[in-house]
Amino acid sequence: MARPKALVDMSQHYCPGCTHGIIHRLIAEAIDTLDIQDRTIGVASVGCSVFTYKYFDCDMQQAAHGRAPSAATGIKRVHPDTLVFTYQGDGDLAAIGTAEMLHAAIRGENITIIFVNNAIYGMTGGQMAPTTLVGQVTQTSPYGRQIETQGYPMKVSETLATIEGAAYIERVSVDSVKHIKAAKKAVEKAFRYQMEGKGFSLVELLSTCPTNWGLSPIEATDWLRENMLPHYPLGVYKDKGGEQA
Amino acid sequence: MSERVLMKGNEAIAEAAIQAGCRYFFGYPITPQNEIPAYMSKRMPKVDGVYLQAESEVSAINMVYGAAGAGARVMTSSSGPGISLKQEGISYIAGSELPCLIVNIVRGGPGLGGIQPAQSDYFQSVKGGGHGDYRLVVLAPSTVQEAVDLTMEAFDIGDMYRIPVMVLGDGMLGQMMEPVEFKPFQGRALPAKDWATTGTRGKRKRNIVNSLYIEPQALEEKNLARLEKYRQIEQREVKYEMQDCDDADIVLVAYGTTARIVKSAMKAARREGLKVGIVRPITLWPFPAAVLHNLAETAKAFLTVEMSMGQMVEDVKLAVNGVKPVYFYGRTGGMVPAPADILEEIKKIYGGEK
Ligand SMILES: Cc1ncc(C[n+]2csc(CCOP(=O)(O)OP(=O)(O)O)c2C)c(N)n1
Ligand code: SF4
Repeated sequence: MARPKALVDMSQHYCPGCTHGIIHRLIAEAIDTLDIQDRTIGVASVGCSVFTYKYFDCDMQQAAHGRAPSAATGIKRVHPDTLVFTYQGDGDLAAIGTAEMLHAAIRGENITIIFVNNAIYGMTGGQMAPTTLVGQVTQTSPYGRQIETQGYPMKVSETLATIEGAAYIERVSVDSVKHIKAAKKAVEKAFRYQMEGKGFSLVELLSTCPTNWGLSPIEATDWLRENMLPHYPLGVYKDKGGEQA
Repeated sequence: MSERVLMKGNEAIAEAAIQAGCRYFFGYPITPQNEIPAYMSKRMPKVDGVYLQAESEVSAINMVYGAAGAGARVMTSSSGPGISLKQEGISYIAGSELPCLIVNIVRGGPGLGGIQPAQSDYFQSVKGGGHGDYRLVVLAPSTVQEAVDLTMEAFDIGDMYRIPVMVLGDGMLGQMMEPVEFKPFQGRALPAKDWATTGTRGKRKRNIVNSLYIEPQALEEKNLARLEKYRQIEQREVKYEMQDCDDADIVLVAYGTTARIVKSAMKAARREGLKVGIVRPITLWPFPAAVLHNLAETAKAFLTVEMSMGQMVEDVKLAVNGVKPVYFYGRTGGMVPAPADILEEIKKIYGGEK
């Protein structure tokens, strides 16, 4: 497959079998399809994906841990005619950045969040995330996540669906060709909505972290299917106006 | 000709920012600076600007980061606990070499502290506050007129050096009404913001706004390049006011509204034949160290007066470098020093009691 124009020709630092790379490609393809590379500004967050500012061939800002939606807000208010997206992991978005994510949606901020849910903190070595599944063993839930003391995993798409200001919320997965195709459509749709001024959009992508899950890439994909899909059902959680999902 | 109008310090600062071309304000309510966002919420829509009340100071400063990176003249304002929350963002702004204005109308601390005027956030403002090797330009007005002039200039200094600038006031300055004149804004000649994230628009290669340098060598290079810039600022941008220091035995050092009180104490002392003068730093960083250093040759002693337990006094001591004694008098927690008390301190130094 040819490299999308919106991706820089350089090797990426992700572990073998990590699905961050697939998600980068989906975003770049959507930018190419909509032909908006020269009007796109991306915001990298803090996590394994921090170097996205090097990988996308468009203007980029790197934001503090959890604050990408606020940085994106500042950018979008200055350049309303651009496509502004953030790229955030589940620790970044659903823990330290919960308030920023939620309030960007509440304001109906016309930005797109690409939310990569791999049920763990990748970059810092595999600690428990708000999205870590019940019973899942991580560096900081060595006995498996316990409901009594650590609560239930956070469902971001379901939560955002209750926010009036959110225009489009969909959860997709990158575990199979079929799902990747649907994911590509979702990213494209979110970007299109933004360019049409429809308001806040977020695409949650279920993703793997073979390294910190302690699994081979193939085992990791199976684990995602068996464990994440039942807890995080795929689908459109909110679609305000425009075509029906 | 522009005329003089009577205005509250906080509102005058807000209007000055707008007249200097600031069109983006991101804030969060906290006393004693609430008149700034209130004024902005009224005025910004009238000038096609953006006023946005964020969900926290953390969020507000990161909106400033985004807007500054996108090339805009942008500001925020806060006080005490709010400024503490902004520190991580300020460090990122400094590390990414972005210009912006942060107005800090200081209240008493620590913790929730109080809402009365204080100067207890000198260390936080001047010595860093956030993590890493960085500097802010810190401007300390003592009148509402000066607050207006410095606010306008702050944006130019920021753009010229790509550095965050803080206007450091206190609750007294923010709340007091004084006549001010808005002189037509005469900006400096400034470099183009060709580094900003605007979308490449088919005209250039991509721009990246970033403070991450994972290789220590690269980070050191980046920091040293910024140090070079800081040296330039130290050479070119120092501002201070000096009165009656030529024959002074005792040089009083005070900034902001405290300097006004110190001046009345100084006049009272002169009336009694005591030879005292004053140095009022207007830029707290860069600090007017050279002038104090030189005065150490002629003066017999220094007395620093602050609304704190003693913070700027450390910079005065560094400047004087042990050549002459440096004394301190301060009130804290929102208490304001009285001219009579300062006069008494002056007499104690004269009488050798201190
Ligand atoms: C304020 C702050 N706290 C903590 C960190 C350390 N940190 C770096 S990445 C990270 C977790 C990122 O995990 P996630 O968002 O799930 O992304 P992933 O690495 O899994 O892609 C943390 C806690 C930081 N950089 N800044
Ligand atoms: S640690 Fe996990 S999320 Fe990070 S690059 Fe490796 S596999 Fe991907």
